[in-house]
Formats: sequence, structure tokens, C-alpha cells
Amino acid sequence: MLSIEAHGLTKEFKVYQSRPGLTGAFRDLFSRQYRIIRAVDSINLEISEGEMVGYIGENGAGKSTTIKMLTGILQPTAGQLKVNGFDPHREREKFVKTIGVVFGQRSQLWWDIAVQESFRLLQKVYQIPADQYKKHLDRMIEVLDIGSLLDQPVRKLSLGQRMRCELAASLIHRPSLLFLDEPTIGLDVLVKENIRQFLKEINREFGTTILLTTHDLSDIEALCSRVVMLDQGKIIYDGSLTQLRTMWGGNKKVHLEMEQEVMLIDLEARTDGLGVSWEKRGPRQYTAHLRNGETTVSEVLSRLVQHVPIQEMQIEEASTEEIVRKIYSEGMTVA
Amino acid sequence: MLSMYWEVIRIRFLMMLAYRVNYYSGIVIYSLNIGVYYFLWMAIYGGESSLQGLTSLQMATYIAVSWMARAFYFNNLDREIAQEIRDGTVAIQLIRPYPYLLVKVFQGFGEGLFRLLLFSVPGMIVVSFIFPIHLPGFSDVWLKFALSLLLGFIVNVQVNILTGVCAFFILNNQGLIRAKRVAVDLLSGLIIPIPFYPEWAQLLLSYLPFQAISYLPSLVLVKGLAGEEFVHAILIQAAWCVLLWIPIRVIWKKARKTLIVQGG
Repeated sequence: MLSIEAHGLTKEFKVYQSRPGLTGAFRDLFSRQYRIIRAVDSINLEISEGEMVGYIGENGAGKSTTIKMLTGILQPTAGQLKVNGFDPHREREKFVKTIGVVFGQRSQLWWDIAVQESFRLLQKVYQIPADQYKKHLDRMIEVLDIGSLLDQPVRKLSLGQRMRCELAASLIHRPSLLFLDEPTIGLDVLVKENIRQFLKEINREFGTTILLTTHDLSDIEALCSRVVMLDQGKIIYDGSLTQLRTMWGGNKKVHLEMEQEVMLIDLEARTDGLGVSWEKRGPRQYTAHLRNGETTVSEVLSRLVQHVPIQEMQIEEASTEEIVRKIYSEGMTVA
Repeated sequence: MLSMYWEVIRIRFLMMLAYRVNYYSGIVIYSLNIGVYYFLWMAIYGGESSLQGLTSLQMATYIAVSWMARAFYFNNLDREIAQEIRDGTVAIQLIRPYPYLLVKVFQGFGEGLFRLLLFSVPGMIVVSFIFPIHLPGFSDVWLKFALSLLLGFIVNVQVNILTGVCAFFILNNQGLIRAKRVAVDLLSGLIIPIPFYPEWAQLLLSYLPFQAISYLPSLVLVKGLAGEEFVHAILIQAAWCVLLWIPIRVIWKKARKTLIVQGG
């Protein structure tokens, strides 16, 4: 079954413009000029139950707007949308019982009161039977290691502590679908790792579908097999992370350290026809840039080893981050 | 569902307790207000025993009762709602399976109950020692007053919500909120009881919801309204509760449609 099903989903905003100068300000009192901005431009998206999908895009690409439509906060301007079988905006109160949401930049816990009071209120809000609530919460408290934080007011928690509590809060009612809007923003490596581990676990155990937006691509590498990439309100890539890499992986680099100085021309001659370009980085240090798909590292090495003594070798692959940067700067033409 | 609202009230209690200084400063401000208006009105009465159908003793009681009632019905829901809309936290509220505005009402109710129990009741006892006021003994007048006060609370909450949700359309409605607060204090009969207004103003005020907030509940207790008079007062209040609900519904529906979440 599909968790999320969107066809031609569109959201437009009116943006009011103010005229310049004092007379302009006066004229604005009577008639305002506006222009319409398409934040999300007829996207199609299907996500099956149990999937973990990374939703990425630059600032202002329309990620947050999409999430807000999928969670029923915003009403779409056009298009069809079914999430967990509901129309999110129209059947909001029934629908939101089936989802969990974490906004990295906003707290859903009550700022001035102890964390456990927030949890208790959520239990009442979601009408969870007491025994079930206790069992599930105890488990989360243990895994997320937040037992010692429960009696503190939220405002006294550090960002990492707060985020772990937010996660627990968003999962208190065992939603089948979890939205995470930049959940690891501003967190240190250890907490990030902890949270990723936890997400993997709930996905495996409860089959929770997870849609994750993030700027930190290492989140996606660690969690998601599928990536949806958004640019100017349109989906420009929807597929697996590995495919994205092979398609856009670009050049592999091989750093070599030789036992003695070698002429660049000599190296170029030996790897002639393989599509390799050489670069000298320092004394006895060279870098070979391999064009994607044309040749493999072993091929290059096999031509070299007999003639040039190699002391050290390091292979560098393009990181996902580089790939994404490249796609945004060059535009997606392949998809 | 009921247990959820009870929890909302409880949480608001806890939050009020978390900010105790507000509570103490509130006591000072309210006693000052009661004192100032008491002496002001006694000066106006001079030697007269009765003005506009209120004896000086009833007037003193009216001042004390209406300020203590204000502690119960007054809340900052308008500012809270406007704030949540402005900074975008309303988004968090909308992912919860409850009607946002109704939860707000109960938050206001929690705040009101807190002040009523820890502020108005003890305050009333203290005031009754300082100023000569007359309160009815144990009788059904208190029950009638409670009903009327509750309706006054609902009308005030509705006026507040109406002001607050305007923030959806005017993103900075601080001015509106301030104007509303002055209007409620002045036109509800808190500062000047309605009979002291000129005829034309009284007529105008009888068509506005403000008297239902403070004047009518205070009158029920001070004059011990009974029979037809009491029913009439309650009906006016109830009518406003129903009437004000309509624009709130309409505006809220429109607001949900045009909602733009500020700040990402």
C-alpha cells in the first residue's frame, strides 16, 4: 500500500510587493500589487509503506512547503493528495493521528514545563491507553537515553537533548508515517549517530515510513535508499542513491606517491587512450583524474606498476555532497 | 476527549505556577486598581446615598466584584494566538489531532481558574476587611453569579480569539490588540458602570457584546438579580456566545486556507 500518493501537487503563494517611496507607500494603502510564486510545481510522488526517503533541495526549493502540505498544515492550490488514505487538509484531525512530525527548528514540547508533562499531555491528546503508553514510552526513554531529562523544563535542555525528546514525542502514538524536517540540524556527530540508529530501528521494527528533509547528506547516506531531489518546486531526481552516484559520480581521483620523480609526459604516454589526465601535486606526488565510466582504477594501475614503482596509493570518490552541488550548479539534464 | 481538556487546564496551571512573579505582581496591581476606583467613586458619590440606582455600598461592592471577576475572565489569548501565527508555531498546533481554538479556550479557562482560586477568592476576603462592601451569604445568588461569570468568560474569550486570528490577515496586530483591551475595560462597565453613561451611549452599548463580559455578571451578584431580570441578563449573554461564534468560524476557515507559515 502507498503511504503517500501525490499527483500534480501544487502550492502557490501571493507575495505582496511594496512600491518604492512615500507616494508608493500611500498607494499601497489602497491597492497592493502582488505576484504569484509557485513554491511547489505539480509534483508527483509515491511512497510505499516502510520506505525511508530522503527529500533534498536547496533553501527555498519547496521542501518545507511540500512537507507542510503532506502534513495537512497547508492546503494545496491544486493537485490530488492522499496520505495514509486521508486528505490531509480536509480530514486534518483524523489524519494527524496517524503521523508523527519533527520540525528541527521548532519545538513541539511545551517550553516552560517538564518534559514528562508534555508527554502526559500527548498521551491524552492521542488517547493512548495507559498500559500501552507506558510500555512504549519506557522503551523509547531507554533507547534514546532521556530518562534523566524527564523532570526538566524544555528550556533548560541542550539542543541534542531536546531533539531526542522531540523524537520520542513525535512517536508516542506509534504513527505509521514519520516526517522529519531537518532533524539533525546543529547537532554533534554523536547525537546524530544516536538518532540515525534509533530511526533505523523503528523503521525495522514497526515498519514506519520515514520522509526526511535535510541539508546534511550524510543523514541520507546513512538512512535512505531512495532520494527525491527538488529544485525550484519541481522534482528533478527520484531514485536510488547508488544510481544517483553512478550517474553523477563524476571523476574518480587516484592519488599516487612514487618512489622517485617521474615525468608527467611519461605517465600520460603510458595511460594513453584511457581518458586519464595527470596532475603533479608535489615532489613524487601525482594525481590521476579518471573520467567516469571510461576506465577503471585497476586498468590504470596495471599499466603503471611494471614501469613505475609506486609507494602509496589513495582512491578518492566524489561524495554525495559534491554530486549534489554539481547537479545544482550544472542543472539536471540526464534525468 | 474530556481528559485531554482537563490535562490542558492542568498544564496551564503548571505554567502559571512556573511564573510566580507575574502572580505576585498581579495581586499588587489589582489591589491598587480596586483602591483607586473605590476612592474615586466615593468622591463622586460625596454625601449622596444613591446614584443611578446604585447605593454607595452597592457601588463599592460592584468595584470589588467586577475587578475580581476580571481576574477570572481576563486572559492574553489574543496575544498568544497572534504570536503563534507570527512566529509560525501555529504549524505545530495544526499537527495535533485537536481543534486548535477550543484548546486555546481551555487554556484560557485554566488560567482563569488559577486566578480565581489563588487570587480572586483570597483577594475578595482581604478586600472585604478593608472596604465596607456587602456580599450575599450562602444562597443561590452565588450559583447564578457563577453561571453569569462563566458566560462572561466565554464572550471575552471569543472577542479575544476574534482579535487574535486577525493576525492571519494583518500580520502585526499589536495595535488592534491594545485597542481591544481598552475597549473591553471601558465598555464592559468595569471602569464606569453602564447606567452612568449618557442615554445614547447606553443604547449603543446594549447592542455591543462588552456588557455581557463584566457588567451583567457583576450586577447579578451586587443587585442580586432574580426572576425575569436574571433570565434576561443570561439570555443576552448566551445570545452573544452564539453570535460571536459565527464570525470566528468564518474567519478561522478562511485563515486555514490562506495560512502562510512564517519562517520556513
